[in-house]
Amino acid sequence: MDLVEVTDHRWARTRADLRLAPGERLLGGGTWLFSEPQPGTTGLVDLTTMEWPAWEALPGGGLRIAATCTIEELQAVPGAVLGGAARVVHACADALLMSFKVAAWATVGGNLCLALPAAAMVSLTAGLGGEVVVWTPDGGERREPVASFVTGPGSTTLAPGEVLRAVDLPAAALAARTAFRRTSLARLGRSAAVVVGRANAAGTTLTLTAATPRPVVLAFPGTPPWVEVDEAVRAITDWYADPHGAPDWRRAMTRRLAAEVLAELGDVTPPWTGGTA
Amino acid sequence: MSVVVNGLAQPEAPRPGQCLRGYLREQGHQAVKKGCDAGDCGACSVLLDGRPVHSCLVPAVRAEGREVTTAAGLGTPDDLHPVQRRFAEAAGFQCGFCTAGFVVTAAGIGCGGGGCDRHDLDRRFKGNLCRCTGYRSVRDALTGVANVEQLGGFGRSTPAPAGRRVVTGREPYTLDIDGDVEHPGLPVRHVKLLRSPHAHARIVRVDTTRAEALPGVRLVLTHRDSPDVLYSTARHESRLDDPDDTRLFDDVVRFHGQRVAAVVADDAATAERAVALIEVDYEPLPAVFDPALARLPGAPALHADKDPTASRIADPARNLVAATHGEVGDVAAGLAAAAARVRGTWTTPRITHGALETHGARAWVDADGRLVVRTSTQVPYLVRDELAHLFGLGPGRVRVIAARVGGGFGGKQELLVEDVVALATLRLAEAGEPAAVQLELTREEQFTAVPCRHPMRVAVEVGADADGVLTALHVDVLSDTGAYGNHGPGVMFHGVHESVAVYRCANKRVDAEAVYTNNLPSGAFRGYGLGQVVFAIESALDELARDLGLSAYELRRRNVVVPGDEFVVNGPAGTDLEFGSYGLDQCLDLVERALARDAGDPAPAGWAVGEGMALSMIATIPPRGHHAAASVTLAPDGAVTVRAGTAEFGNGTATVHVQLVAEELGCAPDRVTLLASDTDRSGYDSGAFGSTGSVVAGVAVAAAARAVRERLLELAGGGVPTSDGVRRPDGSLVRFAELLEAPLTADGSHDGRRRSVAFNVHGVRVAVDRGTGEVRVLRSVQAVDAGVVINPEQLRGQVEGGVGQALGSALLEEMLVADGEVLTRGFRGYRMPQLADLPVTEVLFADTVDALGPRGAKSMSEAPFNPVAPAVANAVRDAIGVRPHKLPMTRDRVWRLVHDSGLSPLSPASRLLEDA
Repeated sequence: MDLVEVTDHRWARTRADLRLAPGERLLGGGTWLFSEPQPGTTGLVDLTTMEWPAWEALPGGGLRIAATCTIEELQAVPGAVLGGAARVVHACADALLMSFKVAAWATVGGNLCLALPAAAMVSLTAGLGGEVVVWTPDGGERREPVASFVTGPGSTTLAPGEVLRAVDLPAAALAARTAFRRTSLARLGRSAAVVVGRANAAGTTLTLTAATPRPVVLAFPGTPPWVEVDEAVRAITDWYADPHGAPDWRRAMTRRLAAEVLAELGDVTPPWTGGTA
Repeated sequence: MSVVVNGLAQPEAPRPGQCLRGYLREQGHQAVKKGCDAGDCGACSVLLDGRPVHSCLVPAVRAEGREVTTAAGLGTPDDLHPVQRRFAEAAGFQCGFCTAGFVVTAAGIGCGGGGCDRHDLDRRFKGNLCRCTGYRSVRDALTGVANVEQLGGFGRSTPAPAGRRVVTGREPYTLDIDGDVEHPGLPVRHVKLLRSPHAHARIVRVDTTRAEALPGVRLVLTHRDSPDVLYSTARHESRLDDPDDTRLFDDVVRFHGQRVAAVVADDAATAERAVALIEVDYEPLPAVFDPALARLPGAPALHADKDPTASRIADPARNLVAATHGEVGDVAAGLAAAAARVRGTWTTPRITHGALETHGARAWVDADGRLVVRTSTQVPYLVRDELAHLFGLGPGRVRVIAARVGGGFGGKQELLVEDVVALATLRLAEAGEPAAVQLELTREEQFTAVPCRHPMRVAVEVGADADGVLTALHVDVLSDTGAYGNHGPGVMFHGVHESVAVYRCANKRVDAEAVYTNNLPSGAFRGYGLGQVVFAIESALDELARDLGLSAYELRRRNVVVPGDEFVVNGPAGTDLEFGSYGLDQCLDLVERALARDAGDPAPAGWAVGEGMALSMIATIPPRGHHAAASVTLAPDGAVTVRAGTAEFGNGTATVHVQLVAEELGCAPDRVTLLASDTDRSGYDSGAFGSTGSVVAGVAVAAAARAVRERLLELAGGGVPTSDGVRRPDGSLVRFAELLEAPLTADGSHDGRRRSVAFNVHGVRVAVDRGTGEVRVLRSVQAVDAGVVINPEQLRGQVEGGVGQALGSALLEEMLVADGEVLTRGFRGYRMPQLADLPVTEVLFADTVDALGPRGAKSMSEAPFNPVAPAVANAVRDAIGVRPHKLPMTRDRVWRLVHDSGLSPLSPASRLLEDA
């Protein structure tokens, strides 16, 4: 929709351009910013002209995803680069409620900064142990795990003047075995519970999103029995409530999905089918 | 660098903050529709450098130096793009407001050649919403299935006359106006509304100074400008049907979101900025949100200031808008004598109509000084009459025009924007600043400020003897009409009428009350109350059949009315309803056999499977008169023009009227031009509600055509009319030009006083995942008794659309409200069915001929909605052993039903998981 108070749009080309005047907001893909009235926003600073490469291979085998990388560009990253994470990348992109027409513009950084519980890029990058790279107003840079960067529905640790530059995924996570499960009230609706799992020789990590107000990371050494995982899920007390699912159901679904993810990572059958777990 | 649209560089550059949709429409590209303006519905899809985008989300400045292609740029009515041809041939639209977006998206992903990949449609089209069709015909269009017959006449699948314009984005909807033609010389001003942040409050001060001082603001209207006239936003043939409890702007607000003031400015952005500058002091008043509490002593009485007689409110002190309490026979004795009894209470939520075109209107004063209002309405004549009443004008001083309406579903049987633009236009004219004034609601306003479906609580107690013959039926309805009583009485009375009258039972009692609360007003919604009450009654009867060991079909067969029976509710039988035909027996047989013949999709392993059915009856015409006048003109060159007052909003009456005339005059449908829904161009019509477009307006149109035919044959001295002239008995052809010196016109009319009944039976087979609560429809069948079928494809489409909307209400949709504030404010927070959500429904037609309808036809627009939710609920009950009492049956609710009943475990390990 038209943003009625906006009178200025400028294209950012240098880091100095990202310093915001009163009323200015950073504009990534614009797919959320233009989807709601934005009272108080009078200027837009367009990030697309920063021309950050959508993704870069990091020394040591990690992957840097620019904040301005679109969902569509992320889906186009070669499988060889994504390794074991390829499936979960595509699953998370598909988990977004948005049309492919919106995914062509929506950015990974925008999804992270919006920080909705159902934000599939939070599910993905938190699930793969990602770290955000934040440009600080003093010209420096800070790093933080995605799982702590998101502090609640719609809130992050970004301070005024800070800019999300990228999210880095570690090599170990890309090489890990991964599994993904989600559910929602409608078949392709907004996610109500998402569980991303990864496992390697060092241990098993399950990251819960959508059902909880912020990401919950459950890490276990080795391959834990599902009872142990289930206990950890049941110990969570804060379950999210919104039109996309009741908290008691989200809790129960997260338990199911966690069991399924664990079973897939361990290549066994989930418990309720009378299987081996 | 300019923006290039459909090959032409645009003269104006986009502004900062403008979205591409806003820019394109401002530049006159009206193929780009506004459905949600938030990226959820896809109606505004365009190609940007060949790739589909939702133009409402694209900053317009990013289109500079790039090429935009709209649906109008893909093809023309005479030279359709292959995708456009597919949509036209599949009849892949009804109102057509979403169609341009579907066409552009499909073309953008290369569906032009061999059709889209049928296995990837669900995912690719999750961002394109259609509210009318239920998606089967859209799927057909996307995969290249043709459904229309180009040469079809009456009884054939004739295509909609507007089809080629709709698929190319060229059919003008309400706000697709060429101002230079419609109101030359007048500038267009735009309105934005200030809305109440309180559920109940008195306005003690309004200061508009700062808003008025903003450059570009022309006028600010508040309660001080309101005509001192009470009226209702609901429109009926008789304005006395609805309580006069509403002021244009009031000094008391009774719901969160009620209009407080309006700003008229040079553009919508300025108006919106000025709205934020209006200062209002409110004195909050006690509010009540629960209709059960609202009718208890001590509850805040919302309309205690009204005269109950003058305003027609049953009991303002108790917040009672309308009530009926009555009994025939002896219900207590009937229940005491019953071999089986069932009682329960069922509830239905608020739902939104979800028409893709939001409410919108533009008004101006014409050269003769008359007020002209072009608006998205189902009832142009009723709007005309009420505007005349409201502003003290003679009806001749007001003209109302409805273009093709982008979906209605009952929501546009209301006066929700016309009053504001009329007041603003009149005031500007008085001030010597004449202008055309436009108000277009946002999708958020559609959710939070205009009426939704009435939420109801329905208690049913029913008993039967050992043979399954009903001994007593007691229905108790509490309907939440919200802050204003628009449609409250009608929905309540209709809700308990055909739902109860369809059963023969010596002892019946109905208690029903419609109650004011400080919630969003409820209004007319497809089914008009029947869906809510049918859900409860048909659920109770399903349980009764189980208790008796009878099949659900058999229980119905033993108790439904048959010709010769009276239609009894809770008092003397009505006298204006009759069996013009009867196909309920056929419908029951058709559905039962269809489900037995084909079980549908296989159920996933381990899921519980169940079957369910339900029926409903509906009167073919609303009570107390529904009027239509029409004329047909045959020109000497053979061109036929039909003038009819009723509006086309996706219900297909335009096609039906053309077919009826073509049949009478023996001509091809493409010789017939329809001029409709303009109070200056045709005779009076009560409007397109109560499914009357075919059975009332259609009768009038057919009568006019028959009169033309008779006169023509008189002139020719016998023979049969054809497209070119009259074929005489001797085989010779007399051309029209030889018979007619001037156009031949005849009139027809109908008063709709005699009313027939139509029937629907729905059956489903579902699978339920007890572990997650997911309900999957494996098979969906609906049999309809619509009399003689005028247009099979169109009728199938109406039924599928009603079923699809009802499946949304059964399984997905719910408006959430907290303390009167609507929390679901857009499509992304509200699960309106996507293409992925709806199964294909097999539609079966009973073979009947109605004595009252046009050529034996009956109405069938709203009725298919009504039996669906109970059929699904009965199937879920069959599958999981627990009865749902609440809609929608979302996964979390169904999971809870299973979980709380202790029936969930499928294996020892899962029992551990669930019980731990």
